[in-house]
Amino acid sequence: MRLSLGKWLLPLYSALALVFIMIPIVYTFVFSFNASVKSNIVWVGFTLDNWTRVCEAQGVCAAFGTSILVGVVATLIATVLGTMMAIALVRFKFRGRSAMSLLLFLPMATPEVVLGAGLAAQFLSVGVPKGLGTIIIAHALFCLSFVVVTVKARVASLDPALEEAGRDLYGSSAQVFMKITLPLLMPGIIAAALLSFALSFDDFIITRFNNGGVETFPVFVYTAAAKGMPPEANVIASAVFLFALVLVVVTQLSAAARRKRLARQG
Amino acid sequence: MAFAAFGSNSIQTDPAPRRKSKVALILLLPGLAYLALFFLTPLVSLVMTSLQAPIEFGDVGQYQTAFRIENYAIVIQAYWPHFLRAFGYALAATFFALVISYPLAYFIGVKARRWPLLQALMLTLVIAPFFISFLLRTLAWKQLMSDDSAIVSALKALTILPADGHLTGTAFSVIFGLTYNFLPFMTLPIYTTLERLDVRYLEAGSDLYASPATTFWRVTLPLSLPGVVSGTLLTFIPASGDYINASASFLGSAQTQMVGNVIESQFISLLNYPQASALSVILMGLILLIVALYVRRSGTEELL
Repeated sequence: MRLSLGKWLLPLYSALALVFIMIPIVYTFVFSFNASVKSNIVWVGFTLDNWTRVCEAQGVCAAFGTSILVGVVATLIATVLGTMMAIALVRFKFRGRSAMSLLLFLPMATPEVVLGAGLAAQFLSVGVPKGLGTIIIAHALFCLSFVVVTVKARVASLDPALEEAGRDLYGSSAQVFMKITLPLLMPGIIAAALLSFALSFDDFIITRFNNGGVETFPVFVYTAAAKGMPPEANVIASAVFLFALVLVVVTQLSAAARRKRLARQG
Repeated sequence: MAFAAFGSNSIQTDPAPRRKSKVALILLLPGLAYLALFFLTPLVSLVMTSLQAPIEFGDVGQYQTAFRIENYAIVIQAYWPHFLRAFGYALAATFFALVISYPLAYFIGVKARRWPLLQALMLTLVIAPFFISFLLRTLAWKQLMSDDSAIVSALKALTILPADGHLTGTAFSVIFGLTYNFLPFMTLPIYTTLERLDVRYLEAGSDLYASPATTFWRVTLPLSLPGVVSGTLLTFIPASGDYINASASFLGSAQTQMVGNVIESQFISLLNYPQASALSVILMGLILLIVALYVRRSGTEELL
């Protein structure tokens, strides 16, 4: 009896932990169908109107669009700069490499509120007006370190023999990089870009210090939290959630299919 | 996978050849410039601002360069309870996140290996909170714990909570929110180390007549320690600087304000930049100190 209890305890505990993780997500999703008018707190009744007329709520879609724009530009900056740094850090030996790694670790070890306040203090002292540009600068900053860490792992696992083969076949450095190195690094770069976008899209803590009145989606939610949340905010959040979920499932399934194919060939 | 970022896998670098250091410089320079301009310079700005003095007869939010070191004494005297609360709440949240995450990560990384599909599904659920707005999921907990919610009614019926008791706006709800919100940061690094754990080590333990508990304490736990160290750091650092969970419009109240809340309100609402900056400098210094001590200590433990 004790044995079977022990056997079931861990799966049960894990299942409960996952249920706990899902509770507020399910709640947000369910309340996206709430027929409430102003504050989405009490369940009124089921409706699809929030989903079909999502952009009618004041400012929700504009804020969503701003978040997408910020996320895309910040991700581009962070991914390009971060990938270059990752390649240099793994492939080249130079003085100050460990200082460099420390410099990249520090932003991750700094609480976001300090990053936000620091940038805001700088923009203030230089006299840069806050707005879309300062949000993007801030987002690209905190994404950069995560890109470097993610891409570095990929560069380190790259077999240098493949690039040597390219050079042996008289490929120029540019050709070797474009035809061999970059394609092999792509999964790592894409993972890093997706991570950056997710981090940027959901950031509020740093954005709050540097937005200068520009409303990203989290800023919209924060403002609405005080004066009543429109259910359309839940619609946007749920739609983003479903989109990301589909993306993850498709990636996982295609990776599994590829593994199977390779196993059959090998 | 993106979550390699959270792993503590020490990347094996083959001895990189010293070649074309000019190329390395070109690759590094843009990123380096970015970090210098938007990370290091702001830190200097923060220190400079923290020493500023108000302009005499100036408007609110107008300060001049000075060396007003007493700004630090003022904020420490006024806000030391907020520092204590921040680190206390963050520590509690880190502990609870570890208690929830370790068994879960163990199940996904070790027990579920036989079923890759189940493993993938569970991992997706672990990272699911990343895909939904941080603020909205915190608000969802606020509603679920509000005074007229089923949870609070049930707790009152069971007399666990006094009739006039609340869940939201208490230290409990803030720690609860912090625990929930940073849970994936704890689970993923532990999962990455456990996933690579060679089960033959565990078999060797039981072959040598070690009880499952002994095997766990002497084999599994030490081998997963790097994951635990990075998980606890990735939870503790953002939790101690957080100002959402403890804010009164989310899970907190005036009695639960953490240092992050003070920095936010001093900077954004009260335009008291020097005090906000002094608090930020102290917060960052303390966190770096804690991280350095913790990493050193866990490093020596690993050697034992």
